[in-house]
Amino acid sequence: MSANKVLGIIFSNIYDEKIRELTETRTMASVPFGGRYRLIDFVLSNMVNAGINKVGVITKNNYQSLMDHLGSGKPWDLSRKREGLFILPPFSNGNSEYNTRIESLASVNRFFQHSNEDYVFLSDSNYVCNIDCKKMLESHIQTGADVTVAYRFGRIPEKYADTVSYEIDPDGRVRDALVKPNIDGACNYGLPMMIISKKLLLKLVSDCVSRNQYDFERDLIQRNIPNYHFNGYEFPGFFRSICSMNDYFESNMALMQPKVRGELFTPERPIYTKVRDDPPARYGLGSHVSNSLVADGCEIEGDIENCVLFRGVHIGKNSKVSNCVIMQDSQIGQNCRLDYVITDKDVVIKNERSMMGFQSYPVFINKGSIV
Amino acid sequence: MLPKQDVVAMILAGGQGSRLGVLTKKLAKPAVPFGGKYRIIDFPLSNCVNSGIETVGVLTQYQPLELNEYIGSGQPWDLDSMTAGVRVLPPYQRSRKSDWYKGTANAIYQNIPYIERYSPEYVVILSGDHIYKMDYSKMLAYHREKNADCTIAEIEVPMDEAPRFGILNTNEDESIYEFDEKPKHPKSNKASMGIYVFTWKKLKKYLEQDEANPKSSNDFGHDVLPAMLKAGERMFAYHFEGYWKDVGTIESLWESNMDLLDPNVPLDLSDDSWKIYSRNPVMPPHYISKEAKVQNSLVAEGANVYGEIDFAVLFSGVYIAPGAVVRDSIIMPGTRVEEGAVVQYAIVAENSVIGKGAMVGQRPEDMKNKDEWGVAVVGSDCVIQPGAVVPPKAMVDAETLAEEAQKK
Repeated sequence: MSANKVLGIIFSNIYDEKIRELTETRTMASVPFGGRYRLIDFVLSNMVNAGINKVGVITKNNYQSLMDHLGSGKPWDLSRKREGLFILPPFSNGNSEYNTRIESLASVNRFFQHSNEDYVFLSDSNYVCNIDCKKMLESHIQTGADVTVAYRFGRIPEKYADTVSYEIDPDGRVRDALVKPNIDGACNYGLPMMIISKKLLLKLVSDCVSRNQYDFERDLIQRNIPNYHFNGYEFPGFFRSICSMNDYFESNMALMQPKVRGELFTPERPIYTKVRDDPPARYGLGSHVSNSLVADGCEIEGDIENCVLFRGVHIGKNSKVSNCVIMQDSQIGQNCRLDYVITDKDVVIKNERSMMGFQSYPVFINKGSIV
Repeated sequence: MLPKQDVVAMILAGGQGSRLGVLTKKLAKPAVPFGGKYRIIDFPLSNCVNSGIETVGVLTQYQPLELNEYIGSGQPWDLDSMTAGVRVLPPYQRSRKSDWYKGTANAIYQNIPYIERYSPEYVVILSGDHIYKMDYSKMLAYHREKNADCTIAEIEVPMDEAPRFGILNTNEDESIYEFDEKPKHPKSNKASMGIYVFTWKKLKKYLEQDEANPKSSNDFGHDVLPAMLKAGERMFAYHFEGYWKDVGTIESLWESNMDLLDPNVPLDLSDDSWKIYSRNPVMPPHYISKEAKVQNSLVAEGANVYGEIDFAVLFSGVYIAPGAVVRDSIIMPGTRVEEGAVVQYAIVAENSVIGKGAMVGQRPEDMKNKDEWGVAVVGSDCVIQPGAVVPPKAMVDAETLAEEAQKK
């Protein structure tokens, strides 16, 4: 595969409203995940691992944390003279700011015009998976398709956003698509990744805009299935979309399974992220740890069970923390009891506090709160 | 011509470090892994950056490949700037008088052209085998204040250990009147830390003189410093307080790693204002399983712990199987300790496998003859067979293991 043929496009503000707690001060793409990552690390690393070296990140609002995280793109090897990482903030061309994928694609038309790549790999950023995008591109080229969409077979996850289910021939050709279908059993539901030639994408986008049709699923995909060759690419591997607080919690907890970690963090296609230069985690005398994922910079004096601890978290003496996701630099004092709690960054839980949530409804504590 | 740099630091990283045995068989001493995610050279490099020194030469000679690769462009330490930054300086061939680095002073002498490009006022000479955090800018300020030609950092050591060090004997104003190399009867306990600040003009003159002297061993401690003292140059001792350890031996390397687990040792790696930078592995956070027992340990990202660890330093990607026990030991990147294996008082280097039920090292309290006790060392890429025993103080490397296996 020629590295320069594909341009990556990532929608960073996608579905921000689905988990308002976490996206109050950031984009969906910069939601912290898995102890040391941000959601965008997965899609960005997947692209880079497939040799894509020009990536545009479309932003709309609250993108400070995202820019801070991405920087020059160095951790993903995207700080380059030729190509590299481009952050595409809102660009007003007369009308007000964009709200849909189609509007945002139309507004970065200039970026497309200045790119030499033949194909575009479009992706949302609200999911966790490690997919070999090279294979998806190969399938796109081999079948001679106009558009290749990723899908998986199974029951549609609860609260899954903008679901599209596909009717697919045995040779992979997409015959029909249903948007937000009411299906009880298993079906081929779409994953938010698509490969399309740059030329066709620009044509379809401008067609939509000129007809004032701004629904990506209905107007760009569904309407065009009879006119173009849509190819389905099945991805059966580990995939979790983050469309609710529960999704977020469960996806973090899924990392405790060795099989999931093995698949997600395979050494062949590493997931890159911003480096923070923390020392290794330190466990003190009398600490008890069970079934937990712990990042660098943590200091643990108490008990933790079924937890994901981000970088720089401190757990005080005699505190019992179970079933929790504790984000970066949060400090848990002594003699605390936490169960099913998600804390955002920089939260301070003072001594002797106790907080309990439930598996289906974890308690969430806002960034920088002091309890 | 490059922009002038007030200060250039030179890190001596060429020594073999033979006292570290199998650990430095294929690796220069400064590249030896330390403290869960670092290499020894991260300490002087990070100290330089944190002290505002942006021009650093690293003198390499012995097994430089891994060290070169590790330093790379210097980006992890912010030393990849356009005009300054870190340069790896191996010996090279020239039109006449080419040679290996004959001694520490000769290594700097051969790189006079590199230093001159920056026309510095001061040159800081550092070793690549010490673990410490130090603000060199304070030492430079002291050097200026004393209007010194040479300033040597000094730390107070217990009097009974003083005979192991180079001792500085000073007057009341901290000026040095005598060097006492490993004295039997030390007059003071001010040990030289091997950290020197020179006024560059003076140092250059003495390096040239030293090079012209065929009898010289071209070493700072033996030749250059005594010559400067004899000639009456202004030499001062700079007092340092804090953690400092020469990790040139297996025992001191082991101890220094264990010091990181002691909350009372004044070496805080989590201090945000004085970070120790390193080339970070691309790995997920580490995982501690349900059945694991973890206490008093340092664990880096990418490790998977299913067994029991106590007073252990685990590097990235280490795997401790269920039922395995690691106590008072250092396990370097990528090594696997299989089921039922017991590793105690040991250093296991990179990418090795400790087979099922194998025993590496022993606790001193379990030894009949205490004199036979010592830290056991397993070199890199070793496969210790299931049930095998590596006794305390032993050193094992992959090649001898392979030879032994052939004989059988």
